[in-house]
Amino acid sequence: MSALLEVTGVTKRYPGVVANDNVSLTVNAGEVVALLGENGAGKSTLLKAVFGLIKPDSGEIKIGGTPIVFGDTAGVISRGVGMVHQHFQLVPVMTVAENLILGDEPKRGIFINKKAAYDEIIALSKRYGLEVDPDAVIEDLPVGMQQRVEILKALRKDVKLLILDEPTAVLTPQEIDELLVVIRNLAKSGVGIVLITHKLHEVMAVADRVVVLRGGKLVGTTSPKETDEAGLAQMMVGRSVVLQVNRTEAKRGGVVLEVKALEVRDDRKILSVKGVDLQLHKGEILGVAGVEGNGQRELVEAICGMRHREAGSVLINGVATKDMHPHAVHEAGISHIPEDREKHGLVSNYTIADNLVLNQFDQAPFAKGWIRDLNEIAKNAIATVEKFDIRTPSAFNTAGSLSGGNKQKVVVARELSEELPVLVAAQPTRGVDVGSIEFIHNQLISARDKGAAVLLVSAELDEILSLSDRIAVMSDGKIVAIVDSKDADRNYIGRLMAGLDK
Amino acid sequence: MSQTKVAPKEVGKPAKNFDVGSWLVPVIAVLVAMSLAAILMRLQGSNPLTAYKSLFTTAFGSAAGIGATLGKSTPLVLSGLAVAVGLRAGLFNIGAQGQLLSGALAAAWAGVTFEGLPGYIHIPIALIVGAFFGSIVAGISGFLKAYRGVHEVITTIMLNSIVMGIADYLASHQLREPDQFLTRTSEIQASAKMPVYAHLPLGFFIAVALAGAIWWILGRTTSGFRIETVGRNRHAAWYAGISVKRTVISAMLISGAIAGLGGAVETLGITYRYAPAFNLGLGFDGITIALLGRVHPLGIIPGAILIGGMRAGAANMQFDSGVAPELVDLLMALILLLVTAPLITRFFKNSSNKSMTSGWGS
Repeated sequence: MSALLEVTGVTKRYPGVVANDNVSLTVNAGEVVALLGENGAGKSTLLKAVFGLIKPDSGEIKIGGTPIVFGDTAGVISRGVGMVHQHFQLVPVMTVAENLILGDEPKRGIFINKKAAYDEIIALSKRYGLEVDPDAVIEDLPVGMQQRVEILKALRKDVKLLILDEPTAVLTPQEIDELLVVIRNLAKSGVGIVLITHKLHEVMAVADRVVVLRGGKLVGTTSPKETDEAGLAQMMVGRSVVLQVNRTEAKRGGVVLEVKALEVRDDRKILSVKGVDLQLHKGEILGVAGVEGNGQRELVEAICGMRHREAGSVLINGVATKDMHPHAVHEAGISHIPEDREKHGLVSNYTIADNLVLNQFDQAPFAKGWIRDLNEIAKNAIATVEKFDIRTPSAFNTAGSLSGGNKQKVVVARELSEELPVLVAAQPTRGVDVGSIEFIHNQLISARDKGAAVLLVSAELDEILSLSDRIAVMSDGKIVAIVDSKDADRNYIGRLMAGLDK
Repeated sequence: MSQTKVAPKEVGKPAKNFDVGSWLVPVIAVLVAMSLAAILMRLQGSNPLTAYKSLFTTAFGSAAGIGATLGKSTPLVLSGLAVAVGLRAGLFNIGAQGQLLSGALAAAWAGVTFEGLPGYIHIPIALIVGAFFGSIVAGISGFLKAYRGVHEVITTIMLNSIVMGIADYLASHQLREPDQFLTRTSEIQASAKMPVYAHLPLGFFIAVALAGAIWWILGRTTSGFRIETVGRNRHAAWYAGISVKRTVISAMLISGAIAGLGGAVETLGITYRYAPAFNLGLGFDGITIALLGRVHPLGIIPGAILIGGMRAGAANMQFDSGVAPELVDLLMALILLLVTAPLITRFFKNSSNKSMTSGWGS
């Protein structure tokens, strides 16, 4: 019997990046394979290739023993490949039954045969042990139930291979436990499952095999029996490129930024920063290490005034900063390299020159009163493009025309130009080429040497290890340990990141 | 990908400011619309060449014709400008019509009520009153958008009907001309009527000056930068310390004030009074003109003159060639369709750039 899915040596290059580099993967019937990797590791590229949405540069993908044809997504689906997306594809105002039969309704004449639909749904939910109420309206259902409907929708189409894209991201802990049981049951009934996630304990609980992608490469295949969460964390975040940073001893000064008992909710209103205390000193880099999704993003946004602080306070030199007011926080002395540079960091159809003054556009010398000084803006742009080695034909091209690394240099240049007492850098080298990474790292070190207090948040453990003077490890919304980087041990930090050794 | 390093001298070279390619779309749209309309005229049995010749000689062939054209263009420049300011801030103000009506009625009131003022005081007062009321109407939508998240398309279009109802009610009751059969306001005082200099209406110069001022404000001032940034990427605007709420409200206030001024100029310069069903289409024409002018404050002027000229020449065209004056409406509809079609495709193609103004004009 041939495997459900057989990916052999798939490579996909985009200009400037290799999204998939010789990736091979096999999924058999009745098996749960966890696909693990950071954002940008190549997971979605691989999935698009499996569905025939993109054409790999080389390699082969077989489903049930026959190769897929590029562009034939319908063919892939008809061969029994189903996917449950992170964002549900349900019609919120329709009932469970209506959603399940949508697109393939049992008919009697021109009417929908409701009786047949009900019988089919009840039989389906019995067969897989997924109970649903066919008459419930989707928008009234809790998220976990909606997801169950999504899964049933896939199962109704007779899937043999079910791909779940970060299925637990939106669920409560109880719902997660139920889902994991469902996944095991499905596997028992012979469905092959690909589980995409970066929550390590789920992988440990449910997967038969774990495939780790990093930077487009398959870094290893293992199984929960052979490794532990710390081992997985290391495989996921470790960087193959060895980064050499010349770093002198920090000259630590007094406390500049103080975070006290901070609590923050995430977009789903779930408490994701659960009482964090931090003290950031002048002239040091404090690295926050952690597997993504453990509250780091919310922590940074709350510090920078971009997310509501449920409780606690953020002080600069002893003075409390305003909640939900990025401008006031910036004025109080925090520069912020945002995690999402496309969304927050840049206006992509503005020129590089305008982007370089984005948060100082109304201050001297870039504005005299009400009027913007275009000469000063241009002078600043030309000097900065030169100093930060931003590769562009002109400082007056749009920021959107730059490569990822150069976009990031624009953001970094802008944030460092004011020399504010605190710099918060969130994922400063994500999606950035190696040359730019080195440049940005050196800029962070030199900001520190000039006396800035730098808070560095990164999912790259190597980045944290090579730049930080102290390392705070974040897990499940809490700072579980703060260690001096001289005493930092990769294994120990990996275990802390995984939520062990509390 | 431009990975080559260049000499600093070249780095300083400003990028091309005037993008010829982007201005070809409206020009071609107008030409194609006119050709399509010509086919219809031909099918109807008229000679399109005679019709167009009559249309354009009436509109642009004499000093009086140009004066009439500019008179018709004036409210169009202003309503186009009003829509454009909104679009620059990422707001689709389709309520220019209602804002314009409230400005027209308010200016009529001010023109009738204040007596014994010299023209150089009376006219500005009436204009300001008109702009103020237009601003209030748009401000309601701005406030609802900023603080309650209600989409401005919904509120502005609903306010159109509300304003029209209220204005017509006032014009047929409280503000009605006494002892007259027609439901309309009294004629404004002579001191409030805007002068015409050698066929050239004063209002047109006000409109052009305002377009120039808006262009300068958007390009050169911090307030303009706030509006443009919010329009292009409100997340980045917020991160950069720009109050998105305040900017949305100010942009709507400005947009409404310009539309209100458009109504006031029409009252004080052309109709001299407000009557129900006052120039129903002016505010909506503003949408076509704003898009035809590529949402550029100065680009709106030629667009408005073109449409204004067609409106001015339409009656004579019927006389000369038998083509109904409604042809101008057909032309405008075709132009709107042709101008927006490429923009809409682009809008959906780069769905990551959700701002309506991205890549337009400047």
